[in-house]
Amino acid sequence: MAVAAVLPSTAAAQVTRTQPNNMPDVIRKRVGGAQINRGRVKLGLPPLVENGHLVPLTVSVESPMTAASHVKAIHVFAERNPLPEVVSFYLGPRAGRANVATRIRLADTQNVVAVAELSDGSFWSDSMHVIVTLAACLEEL
Amino acid sequence: MATARIEVPATAQRGEIVTIRAMIAHAMETGFRRTHLGVPVPRDIITLFVCTYNGVEICRAVLHPAIAANPYLSFSTIATESGTLVFHWSGDNGFTATESAAITIA
Repeated sequence: MAVAAVLPSTAAAQVTRTQPNNMPDVIRKRVGGAQINRGRVKLGLPPLVENGHLVPLTVSVESPMTAASHVKAIHVFAERNPLPEVVSFYLGPRAGRANVATRIRLADTQNVVAVAELSDGSFWSDSMHVIVTLAACLEEL
Repeated sequence: MATARIEVPATAQRGEIVTIRAMIAHAMETGFRRTHLGVPVPRDIITLFVCTYNGVEICRAVLHPAIAANPYLSFSTIATESGTLVFHWSGDNGFTATESAAITIA
């Protein structure tokens, strides 16, 4: 099959795989030492990405978005990107709804994590495994 | 001047949550790429996006090289009063761009 001919051997593929970042450290550096709970955050990414240069990303957080209870920040991290930090959104009660979207780059098949910081000081997260067939970042110009 | 595209509803009901979308033409050069001669291509990205609604900040985004070229951002706000939304991008090599859009409360 023609496709098989252009695919690197398993050994070569392992050599070119990017190294995973230490995600607990990366996340702690951004959000501090508070405990991060699972839930309330919904990360939206395609499970299979053909082109790592342009990956649609959505994050929504369950929150009434009132002055008393709202999402202060949403941070996104990619485990196997050369720089694990992807984007940080800072919102407030004026947002009305904690839904954000952007387009990101993924350098490899990896886990993507979203962490939301709420006004009551709690942190919530969601993560997702994404398979990337064409990686971003590694090509020549 | 960079080209930016903004999508804000021209009119809205008071208290309605409106979706705002902003995109700007920018290569978002990561700094990890090399030319075919092996020379690293220096990083050149937009690092900060701020949206204000009649002077009040409603959304701020800190961008990293992992944001795709021509950064697209979507978020929402409560339509509180007629006025102007101002969008401001800034980044490496002194890059700045500002756009604005008017919204009328019906």
